[in-house]
Amino acid sequence: MVKIILRNQEYEVRAGMTLHSALKKLGILPEGVLATRNGEMITEDEILREGDVIKLISVISGG
Amino acid sequence: MKCRKCGGKAAINMRQHKLALCREHFLDWIPEQTERFIKKYRMFTREEKILVAVSGGKDSLALWDILWRLGYQADGLYIALGIDGGIAYSAESQRLTEAFAAERGLKLHVVDMARDYGHTIPQLAEVTRRGQDKPCSVCGLVKRHEMNRIARDLGYDVLATGHNLDDEAAVLFGNTLRWAGEYLVRQGPVLPASPGLARKVKPLCRFYEREMAAYALMRGITYIYEECPFATGATSIYYKELLNRLENDRPGAKLSFYLAFLQAKKEGLFASRSEEVVPLLNTCPTCGQPTSAPGQCSFCRMMARVSAEEA
Repeated sequence: MVKIILRNQEYEVRAGMTLHSALKKLGILPEGVLATRNGEMITEDEILREGDVIKLISVISGG
Repeated sequence: MKCRKCGGKAAINMRQHKLALCREHFLDWIPEQTERFIKKYRMFTREEKILVAVSGGKDSLALWDILWRLGYQADGLYIALGIDGGIAYSAESQRLTEAFAAERGLKLHVVDMARDYGHTIPQLAEVTRRGQDKPCSVCGLVKRHEMNRIARDLGYDVLATGHNLDDEAAVLFGNTLRWAGEYLVRQGPVLPASPGLARKVKPLCRFYEREMAAYALMRGITYIYEECPFATGATSIYYKELLNRLENDRPGAKLSFYLAFLQAKKEGLFASRSEEVVPLLNTCPTCGQPTSAPGQCSFCRMMARVSAEEA
């Protein structure tokens, strides 16, 4: 499985899908986040591997 | 996905530009583009002194970093608002801003509301009962006043803020929904100086918020990730989310919404109206800053009211 973390929420998706598919499955808009794996940014076409931990960084701020 | 410039592994894909770049080329591309926007909109020159309004967030720190890398004379201004929200929001953002400036040897001016005026923003909001349960209107009023005061008193030519395209598109969307002509006419990358008011510029206004977060991350800039505790449920965030849904389906929609607006304004869509609505400015007898109505400006009226309530 692949762990995806956004703020204090953790999700799990199957390995082998792209980041884009994983975000779509979780209902997270790619426009609102950056994804990192081991501290490196990855693009939406990246295939998620077994054991990956993907940290999502929310980019929307304002008030 | 491969970097268009070197063929290496891309770190970011900017669908609106059909451009994917690796870390190294993205970190070159952002300042190159910023320089292009500074020149295109005639924001400032290398001979001018720039005051960058920094909050400790990703956009303003990224802006200061970019201007520093480009060799501009850019000092920072941080306004300590005294917002805690259970996460020491202001204290932490000040610490990060000061660390950022110290690492680069940059000059940072600090206005501390509690120290300099005796009240934090939430205290001012409570005493004056402005903005109901949220101090956002007081915060905006104080920031506008203090940014202009410091820019004017310390002889800066221009005040730069870190507004990105998502900020601008959200404001534009809100103003368009209300057909707020007087605000639409004033929105743009540059607000020219007027008597008593410094020129204001937004060098990041054509970058997506996502790109600025990526820049901060790739440059190793530590910024305050937590949102202002009072921003929860803000309309601007709601508009940004709506626009991102549109962007997701139609890449480039946010950018074209903003750029088409600027083009329409340039072609005179709002020109005749602007002449009618520009108010005659008066001078505040207390602080000397311009104000639309005769007598004290809103900031000085608020401070006078606070003093009266405490007497």
